[in-house]
Amino acid sequence: MCTMIVQQVALEGTGKGAGGWFPVNQANVSYDHPFNAPLDHALTIDFVNEAQGPGARVAVELSEASARTLVATILAVLEQAERGGHLEPGSQ
Amino acid sequence: MYQTNQYAGMLAETVSIPGHQGDLITAYFARPLGAGPFPAMVLVHHMPGWDEWYWETTRKFAHHGYVTLSPNLYHRAGHGAPEDVAAQVRGAGGVPDEQVLGDLAGAQHYLRTLPFVNGKVGIFGTCSGGRHTYLAACRVAGFDAAVDLWGGRVVMAESDLTPRQPVAPIDYTRDLACPLLGLFGAEDRNPTPEQVARHEEELQRHGKQYEFHMYPNAGHGFFYYDRPAYRQEQAVDGWKKVFAFLAKYLGRGEGDRVRG
Repeated sequence: MCTMIVQQVALEGTGKGAGGWFPVNQANVSYDHPFNAPLDHALTIDFVNEAQGPGARVAVELSEASARTLVATILAVLEQAERGGHLEPGSQ
Repeated sequence: MYQTNQYAGMLAETVSIPGHQGDLITAYFARPLGAGPFPAMVLVHHMPGWDEWYWETTRKFAHHGYVTLSPNLYHRAGHGAPEDVAAQVRGAGGVPDEQVLGDLAGAQHYLRTLPFVNGKVGIFGTCSGGRHTYLAACRVAGFDAAVDLWGGRVVMAESDLTPRQPVAPIDYTRDLACPLLGLFGAEDRNPTPEQVARHEEELQRHGKQYEFHMYPNAGHGFFYYDRPAYRQEQAVDGWKKVFAFLAKYLGRGEGDRVRG
């Protein structure tokens, strides 16, 4: 852990990992050394369910620019869905 | 360099050792075959976990005549692929320094019980393991030499301290009890050359025995042949410095004819 910059957030959803779909209840968002991306540091997101062990994980490692683009895109998609009246009742 | 007609043999396997508070943790162990006596090393794995590079490096040290033990500092996070276990630890904010020190003390004690160890035990770590190595060299009695490779966060701002890492390692410098070798990259951002210089000032202030090398055109993790950070020339020279330093302070194994 060289930067130790990490935050955890509770989530509700599902993710597809090496063992198939599993309920995701947490994301660990960090900016630290990636395991695979050819970068010194990356924005990493692990979608996990710790009760199911370390293998219940869907991981992404993104460049800083990609991470910012992803955040903006997620928000834009949700705003579009909201404008169209597509959001699930009680989802906000 | 070893000779083509020499005998060479090695035993390498996973074992369990008592760590912090007597917890049994897994460790990877490799030693040259023979009665010895051989010097010993504790290897402190990096942030990506107790992974293949560390198992390979454990065998590399055994090849060079050291009885070597690499404890799994993430044992308590459960088991799975090293990356998955390391990711879980990362998400939790890392392992507590106090627990790591207990595990490293346990590793040293385990090595000292072995009849083929010559009584000398060194410690080596990279990245977060370099930081842990420095902490252990200051706070765990009994190490005879320490090798810190690009350990980040030895120098820490007050705002970086957490309940798991409550004290900056540099603040323990007065207690450093063995010779220290440090290898760093001039392009590293963690630790930066300025932080390394600050560390060096503190070592000098306390009159400690140390040897620091700052490699140009190298960044963080320049020994890692499987990463873009790998720098062949600097890594080859760095390994030579590591083994020369250890031979000076720990000795070589009796019967060891590796002279590389």
